[in-house]
Amino acid sequence: MIASGQSIRFAGVAHSFGAVRALLPIELEVRPGEFLTLLGPSGSGKTTLLNIAAGYITPGTGRVLVAGRDVTDLPPRRRNIGMVFQNYALFPHLSVFENVAYGLRARGVAAAELDRRTDAALELVRLGGYGRRAIRQLSGGQQQRVALARALVIEPDALLMDEPLGALDRQLRQHVQLEIRRLHRAHGRTTIYVTHDQEEALVMSDRIAIMRDGAIEQTGSAQDLYRRPVNAFVAGFLGESNLLRGTLVALDGARARLKPDGIERTIDGAASEGLSVGRRAAALIRPEAVQLSPTAALKARLVESVYLGDVLSMRLSLAGGQVVLCRRFARDGTPESETQGIDWDPRDVHILPDEAREAPGREEIKSAEKEEEI
Amino acid sequence: MLTATMRRHLISAALLAPVVGFLAVVFMLPLGVLLKLSFTAPAGPLSTYADILGGWLYTRVFWNTLVLAVMVTAITILAGYPTAHMLTRLKGLTLTLAVYGVLFPLWISVLIRTFAWILLLEKNGPINRLLVGAGILDAPAAFLFSNTGVAIGMVHVLLPYAILPIYANMLRVDARLLQASDGLGASPLATFRRVYLPLTMPGVAAGAVLVFLLALGFFITPALLGGANSMTVAMLIETLVNERLAWPLAGAASFLLLAAILVLLAVASRFVKLGAALEVR
Repeated sequence: MIASGQSIRFAGVAHSFGAVRALLPIELEVRPGEFLTLLGPSGSGKTTLLNIAAGYITPGTGRVLVAGRDVTDLPPRRRNIGMVFQNYALFPHLSVFENVAYGLRARGVAAAELDRRTDAALELVRLGGYGRRAIRQLSGGQQQRVALARALVIEPDALLMDEPLGALDRQLRQHVQLEIRRLHRAHGRTTIYVTHDQEEALVMSDRIAIMRDGAIEQTGSAQDLYRRPVNAFVAGFLGESNLLRGTLVALDGARARLKPDGIERTIDGAASEGLSVGRRAAALIRPEAVQLSPTAALKARLVESVYLGDVLSMRLSLAGGQVVLCRRFARDGTPESETQGIDWDPRDVHILPDEAREAPGREEIKSAEKEEEI
Repeated sequence: MLTATMRRHLISAALLAPVVGFLAVVFMLPLGVLLKLSFTAPAGPLSTYADILGGWLYTRVFWNTLVLAVMVTAITILAGYPTAHMLTRLKGLTLTLAVYGVLFPLWISVLIRTFAWILLLEKNGPINRLLVGAGILDAPAAFLFSNTGVAIGMVHVLLPYAILPIYANMLRVDARLLQASDGLGASPLATFRRVYLPLTMPGVAAGAVLVFLLALGFFITPALLGGANSMTVAMLIETLVNERLAWPLAGAASFLLLAAILVLLAVASRFVKLGAALEVR
């Protein structure tokens, strides 16, 4: 991979819309050539952070550095950053070619070079020969690729994408995900990608930053986040998970013991940071780690069983009403009786803190996203 | 048996019937009578048209009307465009006040406003006193009974008709397109020239056509502010009917004005989509 991108660093970047705090101070460094995804529910501040990187929002406090250079006070036009907007924001009165060439014209690139680079960018997104079309003659997927070509042709220091696949249907989305991944490998530009779709994040990212309520909960590779989530929110947001909530009864270095609410047994597992005995915690058991065995002491009622071809996805209900998801290979057969015993290997269990992080202004943030979307 | 399509057509026809009937009786019918009248001059059926097209006095009135309409259109667009843009930047109470400021003149009769202009533009009126007092003019200017006075009055009356379509168009310009242009490195001036201006042109065209057509047929303001020195076609028709009782000639003048408007509209519609600015997205 050619690393032609630059690093982007957010140093204590925070922002409020009026009295509403949209971003708590953020520390994040995106490495040159890296594909980083900001993943989080709506209202988590991810779009605000992206707009700060692009220069459309000037943060209340903190600095933004591109390749070590402070760009916080520069307007977007002086940042050399390529942005792909949620609904593409293509110029409806210009042809495909003129849309892509726009940034080059603004830079005063000579005609011959402008033609060559614009055509090359259209080839890159597999739209060679579409230059003379009008924007409205293109499908959603093609428009998305024009937006990508327009952002890439200026050879930006970084590429920013704000939920670029939101308007596409599911099948096309999967195809375009792989296309964006391929393009990233080809151009090697630092990319910040905003989405609320965990699948998109998993398919494309080198690293994922999970955001909630204006703060980054955890940053890491998809594997890190899936295997070692720092708290119940991250565990719940990435992948399917069983979170059995309760009170921590014992903590011994790397091991912890939880007494779940309404269940007559304790659960042992690997301890995360931030746990303390007597406080609320949650046991994370991924659905594929849940085993059905007739001899197990913990009994559950099979509520639903869905055949997905390769795997069987089951929902079980414990006596206390908690739902447990279980996933196993379909070739292992469908359980016959309604009452099942469930068990797991303690090595597959993580005990995580389960308390809202203490941060000011949390409850007001939901309304901030509304303002942001206007 | 009525099919669903036929029933829909019938409902449409029924809904339109009252207004179509009304217009047919009070507008189309008299228009037809007027057209017939224009061919009834004693000197022959086409003599009235020949008189108007051949007489230098009549052609000068038509020319003056056209020049006035073009001038008024240009000024209202040039003044209305920045005003409309300012409206899009306002919010809340200031927006409400500004919109009322634009609409307020429409609520006062043209007659009253024109009389007000007579008072303001008089030789010894406040505007002349101000200009002379400030040393801009040596002697009071003759605003009244000239094209200048007529243009001032007409611009005032017609400005909202330019501002409103442009404003409606500007509201529909996606702010993210301007952001995208900015992000691609374009200067504010380049963003205006390459994105904002082209996207607001339909509104400009709609406003210009509206103002131009209204200006061509304007009567009260030119009659009061311009008098005989600044005669327009509408004033000519009034004179022909009320003073000379020359109905055939007045009919011919009316139809020549109508024909000119239709030709201009047809030409304009080839270049711009006139309804575009009023379309709902």
